[in-house]
Amino acid sequence: MERLPKWADLVLVPLVSLLLAAIIAALVIIAIGQDPWEAITVMVQGSLMDGYGWGYTLYYATSFMFTGLAVTLAFHASLFNIGGEGQAQLGGLGVALACLFLPWPHWTLALLGATLAAALFGAAWAAVPAYLQAKRGSHIVITTIMFNYIASALLIFLLVDVLRPDGQMDPATANFPEATALPTLNQLPLFNLFFTSKVPANITLLIALAAAVGVWALLWRTRLGYSIRAFGKSEDAAKYAGINPFRITMIAMLLSGALAGMMAINNVMGEAGRLLQNSASGAGFIGIAVALMGRNHPLGVVLASILFGFLFQGGAELGMWTKIPIEMRVVVQGLVILFTGALDVMVRMMLTRIFAAFRGGKAAKGAV
Amino acid sequence: MDYATLLQLLDTTIRLATPLLFACLAGLYSERAGIFDIGLEGKMLMAAMASASVAYLTGSVWMGVLAGIGASLILAGIHGIASITFRGNQLISGVALNFVASGITVLVAQRLFAQGGRTPPLEGDARFAPITLPFAAALRDVPVIGPLYYEVISGHPFLVYLGFLTVPLTWWVLYRTRFGLRLRAVGENPAAVDTAGISVVGLRFAAVAITGVLCGLAGAYMATALQAGFGREMTAGRGYIALAALIFAKWRPVAALWACLLFGFFQALALRPDVVEGVLQFKVPVTFLDALPYVLTVLVLAGFVGKAIPPRAGGEPYVKER
Repeated sequence: MERLPKWADLVLVPLVSLLLAAIIAALVIIAIGQDPWEAITVMVQGSLMDGYGWGYTLYYATSFMFTGLAVTLAFHASLFNIGGEGQAQLGGLGVALACLFLPWPHWTLALLGATLAAALFGAAWAAVPAYLQAKRGSHIVITTIMFNYIASALLIFLLVDVLRPDGQMDPATANFPEATALPTLNQLPLFNLFFTSKVPANITLLIALAAAVGVWALLWRTRLGYSIRAFGKSEDAAKYAGINPFRITMIAMLLSGALAGMMAINNVMGEAGRLLQNSASGAGFIGIAVALMGRNHPLGVVLASILFGFLFQGGAELGMWTKIPIEMRVVVQGLVILFTGALDVMVRMMLTRIFAAFRGGKAAKGAV
Repeated sequence: MDYATLLQLLDTTIRLATPLLFACLAGLYSERAGIFDIGLEGKMLMAAMASASVAYLTGSVWMGVLAGIGASLILAGIHGIASITFRGNQLISGVALNFVASGITVLVAQRLFAQGGRTPPLEGDARFAPITLPFAAALRDVPVIGPLYYEVISGHPFLVYLGFLTVPLTWWVLYRTRFGLRLRAVGENPAAVDTAGISVVGLRFAAVAITGVLCGLAGAYMATALQAGFGREMTAGRGYIALAALIFAKWRPVAALWACLLFGFFQALALRPDVVEGVLQFKVPVTFLDALPYVLTVLVLAGFVGKAIPPRAGGEPYVKER
């Protein structure tokens, strides 16, 4: 079989997958009797046309960057961490405990402490599935799914029976102290030139971008990263080269869980200011779509996160201003995962045929 | 806890175990043939929406069940094309289809009925009525066994009995028919099946189709028998509990029955925290009971309750040798 040129494999395949997903999504919108053109206009208007819209788009994108990087890092060790949702919820618990029970003098220190707590709790939640995979050979996908449900049950229990202040009805913690409030982008110098009204996107965005650079450097510029990628490509070859599979599985999953957990500083500390039930609200799963769309490269993950931030914010606008229910964004999310992750061979085959036909045409011309 | 309460609990157990059982057996066919399917949840949800909608519109529960099976088969077909024909990642395909189902069910129900993504409540022939088994009323006064027969075993809708009959049927198909032997072989060593001149692709598509039919029944039961209509996310993770039950049962049909009954019993207990508290003499958080199936499955996976070994070729696309 002919091979695709590298640029086509890196850029064209995800773009064509996205296009196919968009076409099916448009057909779905037509099928429920709505206008896809109106839908896309509303989405762009509400999420990309002013600072306010961008403030929401980037807020969602920040969360997705963390979960996307989490999936990416594990993917490189050939581990499919589907437990980002649970790890992010536990990260939220870490943030809440750090913010509520430690006296922070200033938000910078609080941010540092909360980030550590989020990473630790997220990593701890990934540790058991990682251990079971490495030592017992239990499939990581199944164990992380189970741990998502256990996390959600644990958090409901803690929020209803333990952390809820007396006299409060809804299952949530008390509000975090004032000193732990993170500056939003409209409060940061330079950023406030573009973000003029209050937006939820906050300083965590910069941490997410730093994390993307960090993951890139780890994977492609360190010995550990090389071991992770070698292990992911071929476990046997890695073993032969003296790489310890147990160690790599544990490290990759702990780092992945830590990244997913760190998402909580964006939504729990930066936005809500208290821990709510179901705090991750699906971002852990969107990380899968983001990683697939971004071809498991941190730069791709950042770009795909912004795309999904747009879809998320745009989808909310759809629910508000049109008759298309907000669930449309879940459909699009599913379609993107389907085309980029499961039908990628189909897309590649299609493109290879097109390229071959194109080349064949050229060769024929040359012969004449 | 008195005998009457126990009977009530067991009755609820049977009602709640039935959708798990259909979905669990559905997963069993697929996974025994070497196709992982974490999309059981999505197929159930699609079937629940389709069956409730069609049952409401036609007034016939049987049309509803057919529609549910059809809707589930569509998703199964996509999963088959992605994972068998195009050799895509089976886990990712399952995740993707769960999302598509979660969104599209609400879109369609909202388009059809404009009631916030629900279907109107089903009544009369649009729902399954309970079947009273023969002599149930007559034997009711026999001590111990009479009430057990009357309260727990009799008085369920048709699909419950069908679900329980599917267990011996599945056992027979898997272990006593040629198709079953080949199905199990294709999940362990597809190359051997191919060498014997039997189509790996055909067998796997057959298995995925059976999965579709059974998930369709699971979803139809949810919407037309257990409850009266479709509501958003009404399957509430049952597809994943069924997956857990499948692992708990180590991919065997009779053990699957016991696993589903056990997990159904936990769900029944979660509805009656007062009973749990009465028996244990201390308060158990309901969420603990909700999490129990998952915790038990992790313990099984960890090898503390015997070793769970999945079909050897599970999750790997088969590439024919050229």
